[in-house]
Amino acid sequence: MQPLTKKVKQLERKPMTLLERIYLPSIFKGMAITFSHIFKKVPTIRYPEEKRPFAKVFRGLQVLNRDEEGRERCTACGLCALACPAEAITMEAAERQRGEENLYREEKYAAKYEINMLRCIFCGLCEEACPKDAIYLSETFAPANYKRKGFIYGKEDLLIPDPLTQPEEYEKAKGERAPATH
Amino acid sequence: MAEEVKKEVPQMFKVTIDNITVEVAPGTSILLAARKIGGDVTPPAMCFYSKLKGSGGKCRTCLVEVAAGSTADPRPMPKLVASCRTNVMDGMIVKSITSEKVLDARKGIVEFLLLNHPLDCPICDQAGECHLQDLSYEHGSEGTRYEFQRRLFEREDIGPYIQLHMTRCILCYRCTYVADQITNTRVHGILDRGEHAQISTYISKAIDNDFSGNMIDVCPVGALTDRTFRFKNRVWFLKPMDAHRDCDKCCGRVTLWNRGDEVFRVTARKDEWGEVEDAPDGKPGWICNTCRFDKKKTSDWIIEGPRKIKRHSVISAGHYVGTKKPHETIAEVMGGRHPKLLMDIHTVSEVNKNSVHLSAIEGPATAEVFNNGKGTVLPSPK
Repeated sequence: MQPLTKKVKQLERKPMTLLERIYLPSIFKGMAITFSHIFKKVPTIRYPEEKRPFAKVFRGLQVLNRDEEGRERCTACGLCALACPAEAITMEAAERQRGEENLYREEKYAAKYEINMLRCIFCGLCEEACPKDAIYLSETFAPANYKRKGFIYGKEDLLIPDPLTQPEEYEKAKGERAPATH
Repeated sequence: MAEEVKKEVPQMFKVTIDNITVEVAPGTSILLAARKIGGDVTPPAMCFYSKLKGSGGKCRTCLVEVAAGSTADPRPMPKLVASCRTNVMDGMIVKSITSEKVLDARKGIVEFLLLNHPLDCPICDQAGECHLQDLSYEHGSEGTRYEFQRRLFEREDIGPYIQLHMTRCILCYRCTYVADQITNTRVHGILDRGEHAQISTYISKAIDNDFSGNMIDVCPVGALTDRTFRFKNRVWFLKPMDAHRDCDKCCGRVTLWNRGDEVFRVTARKDEWGEVEDAPDGKPGWICNTCRFDKKKTSDWIIEGPRKIKRHSVISAGHYVGTKKPHETIAEVMGGRHPKLLMDIHTVSEVNKNSVHLSAIEGPATAEVFNNGKGTVLPSPK
């Protein structure tokens, strides 16, 4: 019969030679390979203490950005929700009132902003769609949780810390490859 | 002009637009003749509105090249002409998209219209159904050469229902024609001239005519928007539904913009040119303010079905027609037992809460509406 692939290997059932029958040379050969790994570079890391750097294109947990004055950039234009292929993003908009100018950058803002992390596929299309530089995918994971309801992220979970009052936390959340805010 | 054409001329005029010949009645403008052909040939129009007498001739987006004036006088017209204000002649040859000059002119016009237009589409309620957005997307260039500050105006409330953003206005005058021709009293108009021209009312006098809401529908940009819908939702997240009711003032044929069963907005029905559609019995399609602003309950309306939206419109995104829901087999296999639901999203989600009726509040939502404690019950719709 014609073999389906060329990878077919015929087994030979020959009687073993003396060297094979005394068994020990093969043991030493195998052990030599095993012990040689002691002197080789370790490919694994000690995870919680040590962390690997993220790739340049890594897409992690979403962050809602603030401008340099600490105002929320998001105007609830809905383009992220429109672009989202998993339909994970929902929002409700409100009008900025007098006296709230230090909180929100534009006339309209997202009063409620929610990402369902159970649905999110971290494709980054929300980041691409955003005309206001308000959402981007950071260099962190969405942390594990015991319950499903812990994965519905509201605005308080997503907003980046205020750069004026919490500059250190802001820098940390911003990550290393975030573009300079303008 | 229409007056110059003799009424007794019985024959139909043959006009060729982009090598497509069409027969139209004498006195038809080039734009309307092109609309008879339809498609890409039709020049875009920002100020012309076929249902408003005297409109047109202001924005210059509909410029076309006339390669031959008529059979009697086949000389070409020296300059590009505004197709909304130029009537056809027998044997006229018009070039619209086949003319390099026209396309170039359109690009320039878009740049002119956008000189003072703020690019605040993410905030603007008109985004998604804005004619200027479509126009600049199809005919405009990416950049502008304007280096000066744009015109700045405070936003203004024209009456309780209409919000005026003068910064977005392109001075097409359509709304003033509506006030003149549809309502019986006009209390707003263009003040000042040239660079300073603006739509306003004297001493912010409120417009409280029964048909004033139609200004919102005719506005090609987001200058006049519905205050009762302001910031409530984006148009592409709403379901447009054709509906009607018996109204003693107007035809009562509208498009409802629903979210779930909540009516967020009521508008007139628009045809493919973005103009208000006439009823089949010939009644004009303008709707009254009662229908537009006060009937915000599904029970007020008789729903005819989902409105047909053009495939390339953003409003059609996520709206599926004729879908078949998958057949649930688990309950059958499990002897009538339904699968255990691990989480109901509505118990966790803060968005679209059943207790918050956005359509019931008069103006835009504020922080108070959402943060006034959980489970705020707002007044139910009138």
